[in-house]
Amino acid sequence: MATRMQLCTFIVDDLLFGVDVMRVQEIIQYQHMTRVPLAPKLIRGLINLRGQIVMAVDLRERLDLPPRGGDEPPTNVVVQGVDAAVSLLVDSVGDVIEVSDDSFESPPATMLPRYRQVVDAVCKLPHGLLLLLDPERAASSSEGGPVGNLGYGR
Amino acid sequence: MNQDDEIISQFLTESLENLDLLDRELVQLEQDPGAQSLLSSIFRTVHSIKGSAGFLAFKKLEAIAHTGESLLSLMRDGKVRLEETRTTGLLAMVDAIRQQLNHVSESGSEGSEHLGALIEALGLLKDDSTLAAAASQLAQLGLDRKELAQSARPVMVPEVATTTVADSVPPPSAHSAATVANAFIGRVEATEPKAAAAGPARLPGEESKHVDPRIRVDVGLLDRLMNLVGELVLARNQLLQHASKSQDESLIGTCQRLNLIAAELQEGVMKTRMQPIDNVWSKFPRIVRDLARACGKEVSLEMDGNSTELDKTIIEAISDPLTHLVRNAIDHGLETPTQRLAAQKHRGGTLSLRAFHEGGRVNIDVADDGRGIDADRIRAKAIERGLLTPEAARMMSHHDLVNMIFAPGFSTAEVVTNVSGRGVGMDVVKNNIERIGGTVDVETRLGQGTAIRIKIPLTLAIIPALVVGAGGELFAIPQVNLMELVRLDTEQAKKALEYIHGVPVFRLRGTLLTLIELSQVLGLEVNVHDDVHIVVLQADDRQFGLLVDSINDTEEIVVKPLNRELKGLNVYAGATIRGDGRVALILDVVGLAERAAIGATERRAGLRTGTEAKAGQVTETERLVLFRSGAGTHMALPLNSVARLEEFPRSIVELVGSQEVVQYRGEIMPLVHLSEMFGGPRGTAELLQVVVHTGETGSIGFVVDKIEDIVESEIGVQSRDGGRRGVMGARVVQGHVTELLDAAAVRQAAERH
Repeated sequence: MATRMQLCTFIVDDLLFGVDVMRVQEIIQYQHMTRVPLAPKLIRGLINLRGQIVMAVDLRERLDLPPRGGDEPPTNVVVQGVDAAVSLLVDSVGDVIEVSDDSFESPPATMLPRYRQVVDAVCKLPHGLLLLLDPERAASSSEGGPVGNLGYGR
Repeated sequence: MNQDDEIISQFLTESLENLDLLDRELVQLEQDPGAQSLLSSIFRTVHSIKGSAGFLAFKKLEAIAHTGESLLSLMRDGKVRLEETRTTGLLAMVDAIRQQLNHVSESGSEGSEHLGALIEALGLLKDDSTLAAAASQLAQLGLDRKELAQSARPVMVPEVATTTVADSVPPPSAHSAATVANAFIGRVEATEPKAAAAGPARLPGEESKHVDPRIRVDVGLLDRLMNLVGELVLARNQLLQHASKSQDESLIGTCQRLNLIAAELQEGVMKTRMQPIDNVWSKFPRIVRDLARACGKEVSLEMDGNSTELDKTIIEAISDPLTHLVRNAIDHGLETPTQRLAAQKHRGGTLSLRAFHEGGRVNIDVADDGRGIDADRIRAKAIERGLLTPEAARMMSHHDLVNMIFAPGFSTAEVVTNVSGRGVGMDVVKNNIERIGGTVDVETRLGQGTAIRIKIPLTLAIIPALVVGAGGELFAIPQVNLMELVRLDTEQAKKALEYIHGVPVFRLRGTLLTLIELSQVLGLEVNVHDDVHIVVLQADDRQFGLLVDSINDTEEIVVKPLNRELKGLNVYAGATIRGDGRVALILDVVGLAERAAIGATERRAGLRTGTEAKAGQVTETERLVLFRSGAGTHMALPLNSVARLEEFPRSIVELVGSQEVVQYRGEIMPLVHLSEMFGGPRGTAELLQVVVHTGETGSIGFVVDKIEDIVESEIGVQSRDGGRRGVMGARVVQGHVTELLDAAAVRQAAERH
């Protein structure tokens, strides 16, 4: 029998994404960010999450999507990396859904490399497709390794 | 960990701590042989090691401790006296025990060394009649002076004590250095738990009733506590900010109480991480004794401020540099008794270590009353080795010159060591200390001694910082790097800021200070403002001014590490959370200077990396003013030797004798036509292009054909061949062979005309 897993879903530019719910630390509203001059563009800034400094990564930037329009501020999906949390900025957050293992298929070979880097699998839902995101790779600037590792500042 | 392991690990921790105590007490005892309480304490320590070793069935440990114990018991009963050979024997015993313990901590069992010879020697020590035999036996074990001298060579690896151990234990020296190195590592790990017990070592006179008011705490737990206190401090800062807007009396009162409690808690937790500097110093009596004997010198060690406390991480970081400085002082700084008597000094040298708090930092002085450092020889050597230009060397102060011993090129040269008496690996010492935000400085008087002063911060986790604004963001600058703040209003700014081809500079008390616009370096929008704020910063040994939009307060900030993704940006040292809950980035001043490409021109000492610069080392750059002179020759001068670039109409040039001069800023400045100087025709242009050079004897104007550019270039010359008088050499800059002008020489030549 296929095992079932829970996914936290969110939307970025009409695309439906999902992350294993166990990886999600919390979801918080948009809040003030301190930008980091000279940092890669996808790093939108640093936020203060109850005393913890969390780096926020814009998924639109990561996926080469057009900038977010309108007044709706993005939402922070804070995911746990190896030992530091990273926030993914998404357009809006959807429901937590339960899917079975056998509904996953590997992503199509023709998918853009930018997507292939971050999408682990494609999940067939009754009313559409969901892209399963690898949060660590999503949060790293394209060539770099995972972001979750906390490097110690001097 | 099973129960046996736990017992053994406890035994190791205790025994190694006891051994450190033994080292100290034996040396003390040698100086004061009558001290019964010391002798009893030593006897007890050895006895308890023997007991535990027997219980845990470590036969060799038991045997060696037993022999030592019986010798000690004879001494305690007054049947034999302690004298040098016996001390040496007992110290060798301590070393052998330590080595065995290290074996146990590494592999769980004793090492394979045969301790028979040492045991025999210790046996011979029991009788005055066989003392000589014992001495020669010990000498055979490698405790003779020559070997000690070798093992006592000053090297950065802190192995001297352990190396002598290996030498002293016969016979399979096949284990050699690698084993010793491992043993040492093993030892460091094994003594780690000691860190938690920061209290003073038990005094020899006290009876050990084991009513120890201390407990051992895991260092990891202390680190977590420290982090939590950091959070608390931040939360308090935020709360205080809210409360300041509130009218609620009781809220304000409660906040003030919270403020006090948090401050005290912060202090308390910091204290738990504090250790007395004695943890590092306690090994010095032994090192000094061994080394002095090995070098044939008489040295008395004075230590003052043993209980001065420092954060654990800092204690660990300064251990190696301090050991190195102590060794250098004995090896090179102090003279032999004969030399000292000839210099009419007391035959025994003094090495003094002093530690004390000053202005929120800790000062550590390592001073000797030895021969001092000869600044003239350093000067000569630096010029010879191409580290300094003759001109730069002439202008350098005595203080700057002697501090050249910390320059990388100086360290490895054996010649220099013999001549100046110092310098092996001093750059490593400096680097290690600067890595923890400290500074190091040397003062010396020829024939009277040398003092090396180290200043280090108390802790690294919470630091005072200045908050500045630029491009709409706030940044924190560690106060360690801060020299001074300069504010200029609109009118002053117009006058005071000068530009050399678009590069802003500011005269700070006569010295040109390169300015960097912070928002520009960081790629932020550059705001135009009326007032100019300059933050004068010190990075390594260069100074520069940072132009910022605003200067806010100084604050105690909690340093938080940055995400790995951002680690590549060397302009940030971390981030912190401010009172309003927002995140502010902490600037890394050294990284910022690199980013803005402030080359070594800003180095006070005018150092130049010579050919001996290590391979793979980042090449240093300096800014050069490029110009053409005489038949299109490309020439250059370092920007830091150029005060201004000027254009003078030919009409204002006057003659004094045959010398062309102009009135310039209230002085009479001679002009030198470079093309003429180098054998060409004098230029005929109506407008003279002049590079103003300022040296010791005032300004001089070099008339050139055309000023071309200011560029960044690697330091030093590539070729000295075919050099003309007034030219230091040549290097390729922007695809042209460019001659580097020797301003001082040109000046001299001009004066001779």
